[in-house]
Amino acid sequence: MQSTPVAITGVGQTPFKIHHAEKTYVELAQDAAKLALDHAGLEPGEIDAVVFSMAPTQFMGVNDADRWAVEHVWGENKPFMRIHTGGATGGSALQAAYYHVASGLYRNVLVVGADRVAETPDAQHILNLIWDRFYEHDFALNTVTMAAMVGQRYMHRYGVTQEQCARVVVRSRRHAKQNPYAHLKGDITVDDVLNSPIISWPLRRFDICPRSSGAAALVVSDLSTARRSSTKPAFINGVSSIAHTVFMGDRMGYRAEADLSDHDAFNRAAQECYRQAGVIDPAKHIQIAEIYDPFSFFQFPQLESLGFCGRGEAARISDQGGFEPGGLVSVNLSGGTLCTNPIGVTGLVRVADAALQVMGCAGANQQPDVHNAVATSIGGSEQFLTCALLGDDHLGRN
Amino acid sequence: MNQQQANNQDQSIPGEWHVRYNYSVGKVAGHFFEQLKHGKIFASYCSTSNMAYLPPRAYCERSFSPCDGWVEAGNEGVIEAATIVTAAFENLPPPPYAIAYVRLDGVSTAMINFVRDLDLTDVPKAAERLKPGTRVKVRFAHEREGRTTDFHYVLA
Repeated sequence: MQSTPVAITGVGQTPFKIHHAEKTYVELAQDAAKLALDHAGLEPGEIDAVVFSMAPTQFMGVNDADRWAVEHVWGENKPFMRIHTGGATGGSALQAAYYHVASGLYRNVLVVGADRVAETPDAQHILNLIWDRFYEHDFALNTVTMAAMVGQRYMHRYGVTQEQCARVVVRSRRHAKQNPYAHLKGDITVDDVLNSPIISWPLRRFDICPRSSGAAALVVSDLSTARRSSTKPAFINGVSSIAHTVFMGDRMGYRAEADLSDHDAFNRAAQECYRQAGVIDPAKHIQIAEIYDPFSFFQFPQLESLGFCGRGEAARISDQGGFEPGGLVSVNLSGGTLCTNPIGVTGLVRVADAALQVMGCAGANQQPDVHNAVATSIGGSEQFLTCALLGDDHLGRN
Repeated sequence: MNQQQANNQDQSIPGEWHVRYNYSVGKVAGHFFEQLKHGKIFASYCSTSNMAYLPPRAYCERSFSPCDGWVEAGNEGVIEAATIVTAAFENLPPPPYAIAYVRLDGVSTAMINFVRDLDLTDVPKAAERLKPGTRVKVRFAHEREGRTTDFHYVLA
């Protein structure tokens, strides 16, 4: 059975930075919504439903801030739902919007959200509170210390060095120079990364993403809207997600069904995504990857699990320029999550940057002949993993 | 926007949340915590899957059946993943400190705790001693209150 064509017809992003002192949270979300609607050439009245992309609201400090946002993102008198899967929120929100339209019940769905992670100095305290209260909460887990342990395990398993990870940071900051929305950008050296202070071994300051504020939005549409849109649509040809136990200790060791350090749930998520689109060889068919990489080593296990190369091979390919334009696949030309992490919309930004490449709207970072792009996101203790495959044509298989 | 408003655009208003909780522990965690008071670590066991779980849980999600027993974990185990934290985070312990996921002997899964009695002055050097595969042992506190903080790991 052929699947219903669903496409992204509009993309909106605000610049991302540490603070947006000139606007409130909801005014930021509104900016992104307006930009996406204008890009799609649609009026608010043509939007049938709104999916609100919002992770923990403790960062910005208004409990369940989606309520506050409703009328600002033109959600009044429409179905409105908030999605929250931590760092994977934006990826899950896209999935929800996709199902809305693929069901045939809605023609145009707005996915929108904002975050202000630096509104509180207690962000890592808030993130510590996501762990199990009885067994794990007392041991200083937060996203940085969690990722440090996963990184230590991954680097140990495959002999990956800090220098190899540092090269990813250098590349990402350089790519981000061409992205007007990116938070951190500029020319740095491998030594700059290796000489930055250790935060949680093996992670140093420059191995870690910033706390970003900003907003993003997408318009997800049916084929009739996509056809009359003035912009080239990015078809959503695959969406998938996998959830895991909160207990990271279940996902390491010889009895584990999945190894956390390999991000190996992406193997299954990607296979499902590719199956939906009929893609067999990702390296052959996919030109752009927007990888969820808040930490420098994250690209390696994900690119391996996504099928671009074998286990333990990504760092070497990275060293050889294989993840640059002209290589195996162009990875995070936007600068990725290493340069910009507004948690509640980070997954949305990954999809947005992938979509812009497919739509031919990626500005100075635009690559020629982009037919397919993959975007990922991860939330919780590497618990929620999403994968989306976008294309310049509809590739439905199921 | 008049000049006064323009000058005020960078204003911020301070705020704080104070929320208190009492978390109900339940039978499974209650048994585990009671045994900790006696200086013992018990893992919940499923005879169908042969999985011994730490942290303990009521149900084996692999076999889709309830955990039907308890097994005492070994006093030693192996590091699966570790880090040394050198930065101060709000409301977290003062650095430096080491934490590790350790799979205790006879247990199928790894459980996190601090690794103590390790010189952390030279972080890269100390990290060499915390590689996955390193043997560690459990050390209990003399005063125990039935919490996971009643024990920690030290190098074996």
